[in-house]
Amino acid sequence: MAHLSEAAVAKINGICDRYVDEKTPLMMILSDIQKEYGYIPLEVQELVSEKTGISVAEIYGVVTFYSFFSLQPKGKYVIGCCLGTACYVKGAQQVIDKFSEILGIKPGETTEDGMFTLDALRCIGACGIAPAVTINGKVYPKLTVSAVPGIIEEYRNGGNNL
Amino acid sequence: MSLINIKIEGIPYQVEEGLTILEAAKACGYEIPSLCAFNHGECNRGSCRVCLVEATGARGLVASCVYPVNEGMEITISSPKAVAARRASVELLLSNHSMQCQQCEKNEKCELLHVARLTGARENMFTGAKTPVTYDELAPSLVRDTSKCILCGRCIARCQNAHGKGILGFENRGFNTIVAPAQNRSFAKSPCIMCGQCTSVCPTGALMEKSEIAKVDEAMRQGKYVVVQTAPAVRAALGEEFGMKIGTPVTGKMVAALKRLGFKKVFDTNYGADLTIMEEAAELINRIKNGGVLPMITSCSPGWVNYAEYYYGDLLDNLSSCKSPHEMFGAILKSYYAEKNNIDPKDMFVVSIMPCTAKKYEKDRPQLVTNGLKDVDAVLTTRELGKLIKRSGINFAKLPDEDFDNDLVGDYTGAGVIFGVTGGVMEAALRTAYFWLTNTEYEKINFEQVRGFEGIKEASLDINGMTVNIAVAHGMKNAKVLLDDIRAGKSKYHFIEIMGCPGGCIAGGGQPYVKPCFLPNEDDNILDTYKEKRAAALYSEDERQVIRQSHNNPQIQQLYKDYLTEPNSHKAHELLHTTYAAKERFAK
Repeated sequence: MAHLSEAAVAKINGICDRYVDEKTPLMMILSDIQKEYGYIPLEVQELVSEKTGISVAEIYGVVTFYSFFSLQPKGKYVIGCCLGTACYVKGAQQVIDKFSEILGIKPGETTEDGMFTLDALRCIGACGIAPAVTINGKVYPKLTVSAVPGIIEEYRNGGNNL
Repeated sequence: MSLINIKIEGIPYQVEEGLTILEAAKACGYEIPSLCAFNHGECNRGSCRVCLVEATGARGLVASCVYPVNEGMEITISSPKAVAARRASVELLLSNHSMQCQQCEKNEKCELLHVARLTGARENMFTGAKTPVTYDELAPSLVRDTSKCILCGRCIARCQNAHGKGILGFENRGFNTIVAPAQNRSFAKSPCIMCGQCTSVCPTGALMEKSEIAKVDEAMRQGKYVVVQTAPAVRAALGEEFGMKIGTPVTGKMVAALKRLGFKKVFDTNYGADLTIMEEAAELINRIKNGGVLPMITSCSPGWVNYAEYYYGDLLDNLSSCKSPHEMFGAILKSYYAEKNNIDPKDMFVVSIMPCTAKKYEKDRPQLVTNGLKDVDAVLTTRELGKLIKRSGINFAKLPDEDFDNDLVGDYTGAGVIFGVTGGVMEAALRTAYFWLTNTEYEKINFEQVRGFEGIKEASLDINGMTVNIAVAHGMKNAKVLLDDIRAGKSKYHFIEIMGCPGGCIAGGGQPYVKPCFLPNEDDNILDTYKEKRAAALYSEDERQVIRQSHNNPQIQQLYKDYLTEPNSHKAHELLHTTYAAKERFAK
C-alpha cells in the first residue's frame, strides 16, 4: 500500500466507514470508490480488504465481474456504445468499430493520452433511439458511422460546445 | 429432528427434515452421481449440475446437492430425462476441459473422471471455444492449471477456512471465469501460504502439488549420497495410497519401501523433532527467565511461518528461532553426520517425505542454507511417495516391517512422533520443559489438555511454582484470534503452538486425498473422522515407545556432548536456528 497517498488512504477508509453497519457493504464501497476515483486498483482493494475483512480475491472477483467497475483509470471522456439487441440490429457494431478505428483502441481500453475510453455497453434502455451512444452521460441518438469522426474531433478540440 | 415422508423411485421412505435430496437419498441407500458438493456443505454452490434429479413440486430438474426434501416429495433418479441431463452436465464440463487424462497426476483420484464414468459421458459432444488457460508453476509448492478447473469453488471455501481470509476467488465473468488469486497472479506473488489445503479438496488436477520426483531421480542418477527422512504424519496416512483403511500405521512397510527405492539411509524426522524440542524448550525457558519476547510461538509449520511473514510482520520476534525438524535434521546430516562418516556434504542429497506442500517452499528459503548448502534438497509429499513406490513395482501390502536406519543419528522418542498432530509439538515441548524446570519427569507423560481438534486449546500449568499459560491453534482462522490478542497486548500466554493446517500435519496439504467416492470401505462420515483416525495412529506409536521425552533420546544427548555442547549454544545457533522477514503481500 506504499503507493497510495495519505489523503487517498483516509478517503477510502472514510468510504468504508460509511457502510460499517451494512451486512454486505462491498458493492456500495466499490461504487463510491469507482465514482470518486474512476477506477479501483489492487492497492485500493487491499485497503478495502483490511477495513472489511473481505479477501482481496473476492473483491477482485466483484470488480472484474461488473463492467461498471474498472481496474484502469478511465479517460477524460468515456464513450459508451450500446450493443444491446436493438442497437446491434440498427448497426451499433459498425459505430463502435468506427470509434475503435479512429481512436486506435479496442473496447475496454483507454487512449494513451488519457482522453478517451471506449466501452461496449449492453442494453442501456434507449432502444427507441437505436443505435445509442453516451459520452460522459450525454446521449447521442440514432448515431451513424459517418457522424463519428466529427464527434471525436469536437471533443478533441475541447468539447466546450457539447 | 422431525421426520418427513418422501418417495424415491416410487418407494416410500422417512427421512430427516432439512436434508438435501442428495443427503436424503444417501440415507436411503442411493448414491446420486455428484461432483462439486463437498463435506456437508463446506462447498455447496450447486455449480456443476451433475447431481440433477426429478422432484415433484420443482420446476424442471433440480440439483440434488442444494435442493431440500419436503413432505410428500417424489424423487426420480433413474428416469431417462434425469440420466440424460446428468450425462449432458458432465459432457459440458468436459467440453471446456483439457482432456489430458493419461498424463494427469490426478488420474486415479479424479472426481470428474469418476462422474464421467458413472454418467456414461460421451466424448466430444460439445466442441468449440475454450476458456483462456492459465498455467501457474512459478511457486515452489503448488501448480494451478485452469484448463482442468470445473469452477466448483471447493478450493475457495477451503482456502477461506484454512487461511482465514482466503487468497483464491472467482474472477472475470461468464465464459472467462477462472479461479485464481487476485489479478490472476501466481501463488508465488500473492499471500498464499502454500499449505496446499486447496489441493486436498480439488476434484480434478487443477490444483496440485509441484512434483519433485524428477529432482530425486536426477540426484540418484548422478550417484549422489541420497538420504531420506520421513515426517511423523506420513506413516499415519501412506497406507491409504495403497487402499488401506484410514488410520493404519505403516511405519515398518514405509521404511522397507524406502530402502528398496535406492536411498542410502532412511531416517526418521522424529530425530529432528527431538532436537527441535531440545532447542525450543531451552529457548522458551530462557525467554521466560530472562524477560524475552513472549508469548513464544512454535515455528515448525512453514504454512504458519508464511502467514506470519505476510500478515503479522510485527510479531516475528515472537516466533521461535528454531528451524523446523526436517531442516534441523538436514543441517545435522550435512555437518555432524557427514563429518563422522567422511562424506563430502556437497555429495549429500537430503530428501524429506512430508505431509506438507509448504515444506517444498520452505526448503528453498535462503535462510535455510548452512555453509553454502541447502539443509534439505527435495521435498516429496506423502502422495508423491505413494507414486514413487507404485512405479517401482513394489507391492506395498506384502512388504515386511523394517526399522529406520539408526547410526549416530536417527533414534527417536515418542515425543517426536506426536509432532504430526495439533498439540503435539506443545506436548513434546512441555514434557522436556517440565523436566528441566523440576528435575523430575512429568508423571502422567501425556498432556491431555492440548490434545483433540478444538480450534483453540488452552491450559494453565503450574510447574514448580511457575505458572505457564499455553495455547494451541491450528488453521490460520483460529491462529488469527490469538495473534490479534498479542498485537493488542492482551495475550496472557507464554507459549503458543500454531500449525497451518486444520488438524495439524496429519491433515496436511500433501496427505492422501480423503474423497468419499473413492473410499467405499470407509464410514459414510469419514470426512468427520479421518483426522482422529490418523492422530490415533501417532498417539499409539508414542505409547509404544520406551523413551517418550526428547531429552532422554540417547543419540540427542550424544550429539550435544560430542558436537553442540548444549541447547542454544553458539554451534546450535549456527546449525539449528533461523530468521524471518516480513513479506509484501502483493509484490510487484
